[in-house]
Amino acid sequence: MASAASTPTPSAPTNVAGAAARTVRDVVIRLAGNSQDGIQAIGGFLARLAGRSDQEVMTFMTIPATISGGPSIFQVRMGSGEILSPGDRADLLVAFYQHSYDAHRAQVRDGGVILYDSDHVKPDPQDARVRAVGVPITSTTIEATGGNAKEKGKNIFVLGLIARLFDLNVAKLKGIMEERFGKKAPDVLRNSLLTFDAGYAYDLGDELRSTFEFGPPRAPKSGDGRALVTMDGNQALVYGLITGGVRFGAAYPITPASSIMEDLRAGLSKYGGMYVQCEDELAAIAVALGFSYAGHVAVTNTSGPGMSLKMEALGWAVMAEMPLIIVNVQRGGPSTGLPTMVEQSDLLQAVCGTHGDAPRVVLAPATVGDCFYAAIEAAQLAREYSVPVIILSDQALATRIEAYPEPDLKKLYVKPNLELKPHSGDYLAYSLKEPTRHVPPGTPMLAGKYPIVTGLEHDESGHPNASPGNHQTMTIRRREKIKVLAAKLPVPEVYGDQEGDVLLIGWGSTFGQIREATNQLRAQGRKVGHLHIRHIHPLPHGLESIFARFRRIDVVEINDEGVYGFGQFTTLLRARYANPAIRSICKTDGLTFKVKEIVDGVARLDATP
Amino acid sequence: MFSHTRPVPAPALESKVTKTTLKSDQPTWCPGCGDFVVLGAFNRVLEKLQIPQHNLVTVAGIGCSSRLPYFVNTHGGHFIHGRALSFATGVSLGRDDLRVVVFGGDGDGFSIGGNHLDHTARKNINMTYVIMDNSVYGLTKKQTSPTSPVGFKSKTDPAGAFDPPVVPMRRLLGTGATFVARTHVAQLQHMTDMIERAMRHEGFAVLEVLTHCAEFFDTAFDSMNPRKGGRFDLIQEKKNDGTPEDANRHDVTDRDAAFKLASLPSPGVFGVYFEVKEPTKNQREAELMALQQERAKHADDLTLLQAAFNRVK
Repeated sequence: MASAASTPTPSAPTNVAGAAARTVRDVVIRLAGNSQDGIQAIGGFLARLAGRSDQEVMTFMTIPATISGGPSIFQVRMGSGEILSPGDRADLLVAFYQHSYDAHRAQVRDGGVILYDSDHVKPDPQDARVRAVGVPITSTTIEATGGNAKEKGKNIFVLGLIARLFDLNVAKLKGIMEERFGKKAPDVLRNSLLTFDAGYAYDLGDELRSTFEFGPPRAPKSGDGRALVTMDGNQALVYGLITGGVRFGAAYPITPASSIMEDLRAGLSKYGGMYVQCEDELAAIAVALGFSYAGHVAVTNTSGPGMSLKMEALGWAVMAEMPLIIVNVQRGGPSTGLPTMVEQSDLLQAVCGTHGDAPRVVLAPATVGDCFYAAIEAAQLAREYSVPVIILSDQALATRIEAYPEPDLKKLYVKPNLELKPHSGDYLAYSLKEPTRHVPPGTPMLAGKYPIVTGLEHDESGHPNASPGNHQTMTIRRREKIKVLAAKLPVPEVYGDQEGDVLLIGWGSTFGQIREATNQLRAQGRKVGHLHIRHIHPLPHGLESIFARFRRIDVVEINDEGVYGFGQFTTLLRARYANPAIRSICKTDGLTFKVKEIVDGVARLDATP
Repeated sequence: MFSHTRPVPAPALESKVTKTTLKSDQPTWCPGCGDFVVLGAFNRVLEKLQIPQHNLVTVAGIGCSSRLPYFVNTHGGHFIHGRALSFATGVSLGRDDLRVVVFGGDGDGFSIGGNHLDHTARKNINMTYVIMDNSVYGLTKKQTSPTSPVGFKSKTDPAGAFDPPVVPMRRLLGTGATFVARTHVAQLQHMTDMIERAMRHEGFAVLEVLTHCAEFFDTAFDSMNPRKGGRFDLIQEKKNDGTPEDANRHDVTDRDAAFKLASLPSPGVFGVYFEVKEPTKNQREAELMALQQERAKHADDLTLLQAAFNRVK
């Protein structure tokens, strides 16, 4: 998680057509086309290049739910300063089609540039707000690839254009292309490089001849010279799980969580583990619980609708006190909803979902890098407290690419361990005095009695017991261990002003935008702090005293304000702290927050005391 | 070859598996329940096979029959309704050193858990599944079950059930299970033999046990009980002894022939319908693991992780 103190990020230069090459701190490039045009691929190349150049990077992508076709965008923000969000407005828009031009030109900042495919797009001649430059992208690409009538390769041509425009490192970019295409047929790589060169050589004319140049990279955040790694949030979760010692799991495909199961399925076998594709979500959590019972703390990953299906088995996991990690990559809901868009509307489900009193742990990573660390922490908490741990990610975090300092793997690595030493003496899995400890099957029980794990209420030994008082005793036991856990959580730090007007609270993927909004508000002279809460349930101690230092507490979340006027996390915080100063800044348009929307949200709450 | 599915086993214990070591909770079934016979037969098989007790895992879903794990002294899991097979899948795939036996009723197997039956069988996951079919929901006190016959009067069909019931043997053969057999609680020796053969089978072995509910459907399987005037006809398995009568015996590897037996009108026949040896998912996964580890030159975890991070620098 980006924890270093940052200065407000200045915007990109106001005039692209400046006379001389100039140094910029960061630039926002939006690529708009259709989903089959491969714009995610070149967006990914740019992100990787930025990571390799020790530049910070963050991307933002929307993909249509259709299999092929449909408008799609990929936005890359890269630069030499601290990049906190994918950026509100673009410095450069590449429009592949008329619909791309029409839908996105308003997102370009004043004085920004639109590169449009003049084979497809007729620009608005009246628009003097931005500089529109036509390039026959389609026909030049076909020319470059030797008359291939298919419109493939337009993305690579555009990559060449961008590389020239921003004076990017061509050798590094070609290296990335070789890694990507080198394993395919030889002509694929050759054609790609030819197309790239055609784009790079294309004369953009006098107006755009000058190029951008990024300032020198900042020192890596870790401060010890570690390189940046570039990946999306789902990949970071996968590596975090493996580093945290998780080797087993099961899932059912669902957007936008599927890439987690794909990577674990392909990757775990070489670590001596296994990921199982199941017939449905119900089976997936049950198989994962079978792995956990067998002594391998396991994971299942899903999105909202799948999470609903897992709820009954979650109840069993709480009752049997079985360690388990559940990743919910949230999307827009309810029901099939917006499968490829973002929402943070599964929070109350994560905290309260399933029948009965069922305490569990809920974590919400804030950035791509934090996904890695949250996965390690989830595995550790699941083991230590014998409890299901839910990781709430979301579509924005899952699909966006960020660079973060390479983790210290040696220090973080947890070796999976399965001990089958004979157990002597009495065995109390659910002792009232000790933490929960299961003996995995395969363990000889020298006292002669073998344990059954059960969803029935049971006594300390795990034996079913419906006697008066026992259910209450055991319900308290399951709750108290969560309170023990809560007491050990670190108190989150407030960024910015430590007391004053407004404390902006966020959770999950909104971290960067809230941080930038905080910077902007402080630059306006407001006394504003930002508190990002990673431990959603249980909440860490010490929040009351932080809240008491601010006149208002504005919780920023991507969900609806509900019947009573408060978002889901706000509702939880109000219930917990009974503090009427806690308010909500909510939205449900399926997109991540723009910095401006948060700043405006604060103003709106100012106006409605 | 390192594999988490094959942990270092616990030191071997001297103790023999006996009736005494297997004794656990006193069963809570109603007097006269057929399930007692299943428990008795299972205990006899465990005594005979002498599988180390700590390597035995019994798993069950929800229902009267699913209480069985409490009544036999093994490691075990009492899971949720319908998902016992999936839970057992995790145990079996996660640990090649364990022997997994799942018990459940007709509700678990043919109704709420039907989808898992199909896929656990198709993947040939190494386990034994004993479906204790009593053709009624007993634990919830007499509702129609997926195998209740047409005309059966229950609290949910007071005028008599009219939905056609599942035909268990056709259903089980259709799943792709590699061992399918049928037995009856009135035949202790036959049941013991069938449980033993199912447990000796490598792969997904499923056994339907007809076990009446003394309280709510006592007469369910009288037509298959000679002591109550019914017929208990055994499948004559092919012996490949070259005799003329062998030509008419059942070839257990012939799925079409098994389907024909499964389609015989009630009371049908008992014994092994189908038995073939196919690779299990357990084996396939172990092969995949070995292949991938060889490709990775048997690198240790940290080397593999570091290589992954080097690729995204």
